Amino acid sequence: MSTLAQEAAAVGSPALNIAIFGAFVVVTMALVLRASRTNKSAADMYTAGASFSGRQNGVAISGDYLSAASFLGIAGAIALTGYDGFLYSIGFLVAWLVALLLVAELLRNTGRFTMADVLAFRMRERPVRTAAATSTLVVSFFYLLAQMAGAGGLVALLLNINGRGGQSLIIAVVGILMIAYVLIGGMKGTTYVQIIKAVLLISGAALMSVWVLGKYGFNLSSLLGDGAAAGAALEPGKKYGISELSKLDFVSLALALVLGTAGLPHILMRFYTVPTAREARRSVVWAIWLIGGFYLFTLTLGYGAAAIVGADRISAAPGGANSAAPLLAFELGGTVLLGVISAVAFATILAVVAGLTITASASFAHDIYAQVIKRGAPAPGAEVRVARIAAIVVGAVAIAGGIAANGQNVAFLVALAFAVAASANLPTILYSLFWKRFNTRGCLWSIYGGLAITITLIVFSPAVSGAPTAMFPDADFSWFPLANPGLVSIPASFLLGWLGAVTSKEYNAAKYAEMEVRSLTGAGASREVAQH
Amino acid sequence: MTAVENERGVATYTPMEAKYVAMQSDPQFQELRRRYRGWVLPVAAASLVWYFAYVALAAYAPGFMARSVVGNINVGLVLGLLQFASTFAVTALYVRHADNALDPVSTALRERFEAEDAR
Repeated sequence: MSTLAQEAAAVGSPALNIAIFGAFVVVTMALVLRASRTNKSAADMYTAGASFSGRQNGVAISGDYLSAASFLGIAGAIALTGYDGFLYSIGFLVAWLVALLLVAELLRNTGRFTMADVLAFRMRERPVRTAAATSTLVVSFFYLLAQMAGAGGLVALLLNINGRGGQSLIIAVVGILMIAYVLIGGMKGTTYVQIIKAVLLISGAALMSVWVLGKYGFNLSSLLGDGAAAGAALEPGKKYGISELSKLDFVSLALALVLGTAGLPHILMRFYTVPTAREARRSVVWAIWLIGGFYLFTLTLGYGAAAIVGADRISAAPGGANSAAPLLAFELGGTVLLGVISAVAFATILAVVAGLTITASASFAHDIYAQVIKRGAPAPGAEVRVARIAAIVVGAVAIAGGIAANGQNVAFLVALAFAVAASANLPTILYSLFWKRFNTRGCLWSIYGGLAITITLIVFSPAVSGAPTAMFPDADFSWFPLANPGLVSIPASFLLGWLGAVTSKEYNAAKYAEMEVRSLTGAGASREVAQH
Repeated sequence: MTAVENERGVATYTPMEAKYVAMQSDPQFQELRRRYRGWVLPVAAASLVWYFAYVALAAYAPGFMARSVVGNINVGLVLGLLQFASTFAVTALYVRHADNALDPVSTALRERFEAEDAR
C-alpha cells in the first residue's frame, strides 16, 4: 500500500486539487446565499417555487443524474473490461425514454412536491403516503451511502490522504457542505450547484474526449485498437460472459438500469421545479441530449484510459477502476487538468448528495409529518422547520454511513438503489397513471413487496457474502445466485401490484376522473399552486 | 351535489368532481387520451424490446457482436451507437408529436376547464 501511496503522490498536486475544489465551493456558496433570499416556504425549499425553465431544469437533471459512479465508475469499467462497461452507459440513457414518454409530464400535472403526491392521489392517503415515503427514504439512503463512501475513495486518490482519520474528515466536510447547501439555498440553491456541476462535468469530459481522439488523429478505430491491446475488450463478455449465471446477472442488471431511472425519487422531484408539463417535457429532452452526449464521451474516455494510462497502472492505483479518468486527465494535461477533473469529481458528489438530501427530507416532512401525522394541516411554518431538521438528520446519517462504509466494497449500492426504484416505485407509478382499476391494496403490496423482495435477495446475494468481491468476503450466507435482484424483484412487484388491485374492490371513479383529466391537461394543477 | 351516472349506476359528486367526470367523458378529452396513449405506449414498448434485443445479443451472441464492420469497429459498437441514435430519434419524434397533436388539444381543454372554474 505504501508504494501505491507514493505513486499516487507522484501524480498531481493535492494542494492544487484542493484549491480548484475550494474555488468551486466558494462560487456555488455565493450563488446559494443569493438563492437563500427566496427560500422561505415549503414550496421554495422543495421545488424552488416551480420557477425554473425547462432548459435550466434539464441541465440540472443531468447534474443530478450523472453521479460519480457514472463518471469515474463507467470510465473505469470500460478501461478495465472494455465493452461490458459501455453497457451501463446505454442502459442509463435508454432509461430516459420511460421517463420522457410515460412519467415526466403526467407526474408534473398530478403532484406538487413528492412521488407520494401522485401515488396517493386516488388511493387511501395515509397508508400509501407512508409506503411511498418509506421507499423514497430507502432508495435515497442507499444512493447517498454509495456517493459518500465513494467520496472517501476519491480522497485517497486525489488529495493523497490515505489515513482513515483524514478520509473520514473529508467525508464529514462533504456532508456538512451538502447540509449547508440544502438549508441555506433549498431547491433553488441546490439546482444552481447541479447546473454548474453539469456544465463542468460535461465540458470536462468533452475536452478530454476530443483530446484523446486528437492524439489518434480522430481515428476511432485506431483508438479502439490500442485500447483493446491494453486489455479493454472490443466485444461484450469479458466481465459478464464468464458463465450462464453471469449472463443472467447481466440481463438482470440491464432490466434494473432501464426501469430504475423513472422511479428514482430525486429525479422525479426535479420535474416539480418547472411550472408546466410542457416545461417538464423540455427538461427531459435537454437532459437526454446532455446525458446521451456525456455517455458517448465515456466510450473515448474508457478506451483512451486503457490505451494511454494502461490497465495495470489503473488497477494498481489507490482508487482502482475509479482512478481511470483522473489518471487519464493527468496523462493528457498534467497537474492542472488533473486538478480540474478532481474538482469536477468532488463537485459531482456534492451536487448529487445535495439533491438526495432535499428529496429525503421533503419526503419525510411533506409525506410523513404534514400529511400522515398532521393529517394535511400542520401548524404554519412547521413543515419547513421539520424539513430542515430532517435535512440535518439525513446529512448526519449520510456522514456516519459514509465513514462506516468507506473502504468497503459498496459499488453494488447504486445498482441496488436502481433495483429498489424499479421494483418498489416504477410499477406503482405506472399502474397509478395508466390503470383505472388500480387501488390502495395494489399500491401497498407492490411497494412493500418490492422493497422486501429486493432487499432480501441482495442480502443473500454474492454482492454481500460468499464471493471475493463481496461486502463481507469472509462470510458466506448467500443462497440467491445473482448479484442483481431485478430479474426476479421487478416482475414480482408488477405481479404483486396487479394481484393486490384485483383482490380489492376499492375504486374511486371521481378521483380517477380528476387524476386522468389533470395528468393529461394540467386542468386544476395551476389552481392548486395558486392556492398555496 | 350533482348526480352523474357512472358505470356502476348513479353516484353523487361534488360540483368539482362532476366537472372532472364530465370532462373525462368529453369526446375531445377522449381524443387527447387516445392520441397520447396510442403514441407513447407502443413506442415505449418498441424501445424496450429493441433495448432488450440488444442486451440479449450482448449476453448470448458475443461472437456476432465481435464481427468487424470497419477496422476495429464491430457490430456490437455499431448496435450500441444505434441505441443512442434511436433514443435521440424517439425523443425528437415525441416532441414533434406532442407539439402538433397533444399540446393544442390539452391547452384548449385546460382553458375550457379553467374558464368554467372561474364562473
